[in-house]
Amino acid sequence: MAYVLKINGKQHVIDADGDTPLLWVLRDVLQMTGTKFGCGMALCGACTVHLDGAATRSCITTIDSVGDAAITTIEAIGETEAGRKVQQAWLDLDVVQCGYCQSGQIMSASALLMSNAHPTDSDINDAMSGNVCRCGTYNRIRDAIKLAATGAKP
Amino acid sequence: MMPATADREDSAALSRRTFLKASVTAAGGFALAFAVPSRSGAAGPPQANTLNGFVRIDPDGRVHLTIPMVEMGQGIYTSHAMLLAEELEVKLETIVLEHAPPNDALYANPILHEQSTGLSASIRGFWLPLRQAGAAARMMLVDAAAQRWKVDPAKCTVKDGVIFDPSAKRSLAYRDVVQAAAQLKPPAIDQIKLKPPGKFTLIGTAPKRLEAADKVRGRTQFGIDVIVPGMKVAAIAISPVGGGKPKQVNQAAALAVRGVRQVVVIDEAVAVVADHTGAAKKGLEAAAIQWDNGPNAVVNSASIVAQLKAGSETSGAVARNEGNVEQAFAAAAQRFDTVYELPFLAHAAMEPMNCTVHVRKDACEIWVGTQVPTVTQTRVAALTGLPKDAVILHNQYLGGGFGRRLEPDGTLLAVKIAKHVDGPVKVIWSREEDIQHDIYRPYYYDRISAGVDASGKPVAWHHRVCGSSVVARFAPPLFKNGLDFDAVEGAAEPPYALPNILVDYVRVEPASITTGFWRGVGPVHNVFIIESFIDELAFAAKQDPVAYRRGLLAHNPRALVVLNLAAEKAGWGQPMPAGKARGVSLQFAFGSYLSAVAEVAVDAKGKVNVERVVCAVDCGLPINPGMIDAQVQSGIIFGLTAALRGAITIKDGRVEQSNFDSYPPMRIDEVPRIETHIVPSTENPGGLGEAATAIIAPAVTNAIFTASGRRIRKLPIEEV
Repeated sequence: MAYVLKINGKQHVIDADGDTPLLWVLRDVLQMTGTKFGCGMALCGACTVHLDGAATRSCITTIDSVGDAAITTIEAIGETEAGRKVQQAWLDLDVVQCGYCQSGQIMSASALLMSNAHPTDSDINDAMSGNVCRCGTYNRIRDAIKLAATGAKP
Repeated sequence: MMPATADREDSAALSRRTFLKASVTAAGGFALAFAVPSRSGAAGPPQANTLNGFVRIDPDGRVHLTIPMVEMGQGIYTSHAMLLAEELEVKLETIVLEHAPPNDALYANPILHEQSTGLSASIRGFWLPLRQAGAAARMMLVDAAAQRWKVDPAKCTVKDGVIFDPSAKRSLAYRDVVQAAAQLKPPAIDQIKLKPPGKFTLIGTAPKRLEAADKVRGRTQFGIDVIVPGMKVAAIAISPVGGGKPKQVNQAAALAVRGVRQVVVIDEAVAVVADHTGAAKKGLEAAAIQWDNGPNAVVNSASIVAQLKAGSETSGAVARNEGNVEQAFAAAAQRFDTVYELPFLAHAAMEPMNCTVHVRKDACEIWVGTQVPTVTQTRVAALTGLPKDAVILHNQYLGGGFGRRLEPDGTLLAVKIAKHVDGPVKVIWSREEDIQHDIYRPYYYDRISAGVDASGKPVAWHHRVCGSSVVARFAPPLFKNGLDFDAVEGAAEPPYALPNILVDYVRVEPASITTGFWRGVGPVHNVFIIESFIDELAFAAKQDPVAYRRGLLAHNPRALVVLNLAAEKAGWGQPMPAGKARGVSLQFAFGSYLSAVAEVAVDAKGKVNVERVVCAVDCGLPINPGMIDAQVQSGIIFGLTAALRGAITIKDGRVEQSNFDSYPPMRIDEVPRIETHIVPSTENPGGLGEAATAIIAPAVTNAIFTASGRRIRKLPIEEV
């Protein structure tokens, strides 16, 4: 059967099995490749998107489980205030290296700031420890989240 | 900042365009020329990919810089662009970056003699040639302007791509003279005028990454993101035991999955081709593959270690033999003999292995992020029987490399599959396939011995490195007389005064496990051993580890400077609370000197928490301090992850680890604070992509010893 997904404010009709992970619908069917595949088991966070503003691992989220939830991806997160601030902070502190995990990092960080305008180190650990970065950009990620939250470099 | 592809441009634009070619030849010589490209006779590759050289200036003024090495997070696109832009006198933020096509004649790294991004050689290899390429281009542009004005070119000035005449009243932009400059003879290599370091305006500053804006918006195209019209995707299962073959494949069940188009069975793997990866993975599962494991199913970690241990008891190929080691041992006041072991390691780059291939009758087109484009092209030509120029390789941004993408195996496998597929196919490995079919960092079983005099100083030193040889497999001509130069790098030339030193190497190849380069290569294993052992000797001599090292460095001022700087910035010698301690390490590798001090807490149960790392770096003239700090952070976290818990183990011929649960990366909640202190220097730049990976493990294990009395001679630190 077909599924209707609301992605970045636009409706898409997807003709695929209901147990298809959202990640592959985004990447392969809709050719929105900003969301990344890393592990397939919700262990690395590279595939993080928002479902109604909550950080969600799209690699284990089947399309039949999404329902009416609004899906937001890295391609549109800059249209939200939190997303825009996070992306700017990422640029100001030159966070990225290879960049592959950074879509997921930015989605998790944006979701954190949407629900918690002034996260503590412990809040940052809780929200971000599901996102792996093999380049080791973690210290700049922490600083950039604080910069996005406060406007001041830590 | 997507690399431009000429197949998007019309031929009229191409014929109008003028190109500046500048090249380093494989032999390390330098050639530079302007040329107008022609599409005629160009077999296969689109125009932009057949360009030679580093610098191209469009008639509209856009400056394109082709970066010879690949960007995999190390920042080379920015640092190389800085070298070119410094001498070309253009604004960094206005340039367009392009991936280099495979071409050893143009893009070989002069140190590695091929177009490979590795061995932390990208800055060292191109420090001079890229500045020369930028300067030569600038001189030709200025000459063209000077001829138009009929003035002395030496009296013209240039700023941000605009040339001013001697009166500074008239000016011409590069785009206005590029056609005329194209007709000029390039300056001879000894006529190229480089800026004196005092005039640098870019080198030594910290501009941000040129590709960052795309990366934070999810717009950067990595290999895995390639989309080719008509493309299918494939999920693969590779024989879990090396040398095994598929015995039974339920093709009907796989084909019954919606979206599955084809099942491809080859010698060592099964691929399910589908419209999207979700269907391909589901089809692969439905195929319920059974394997004939073959003879390697009996291999276990224990049998490999026993094989290495036996090898370490035989003498090896001599890497260095100075003084009289035997006599020195006999005369020593005391002798220490130890064994150090380091495990197999996977690379686990965030972007899983992948490759897109379109095999046609007369050509093979490939889209992949690879550290070795020319090697890959050659190997694919051999595999397909096509001429090399019919193998068209489009390099991509790499979602991490760490040495994994120095191997063409993923591309060769994709080509074998694509040969059976009508049209382009993107083959994506699962994380499990990526970890279980890596080409692993060798397991090392090293013996190290020292004889010390009455004061505790080492007067005799013998280090025997024992492990598989990456070089013998990777570059056979460089494996000479049984010696793997990489396996002993860092061991053959420790920074310390060692009057009588013997370093030898025993090659032992474990069955069924292929080993390869892993970030930090030889030094990452040797530095751990030497720095741990030096610490053991310091404690045996009842001396402070920093003071003991200082006593062995009178001949090595740069090493002494970084050691002292790290110690000072870390507050070495200041008291620490119970259960916490500092540990130190020092190395010279990849042309750079590093010293690290780690602050580590060990709790009552032995759990280790690394809280702070201070790293002092002398990498010669610092090109971009921002990138240096990033590489120090990156290397330390990569090395620390491995030191704490990185291990690949083998059971019944299979790799036991499979995903980030069993091969756990370090996460944000456990990273230490890391401080980088750069030593000002005007020496030639050293490499830094891998150095910090090597420095960290011994700093941590030495701190653990001080904190808890536990001496770690076998990595990883945590139980596997």
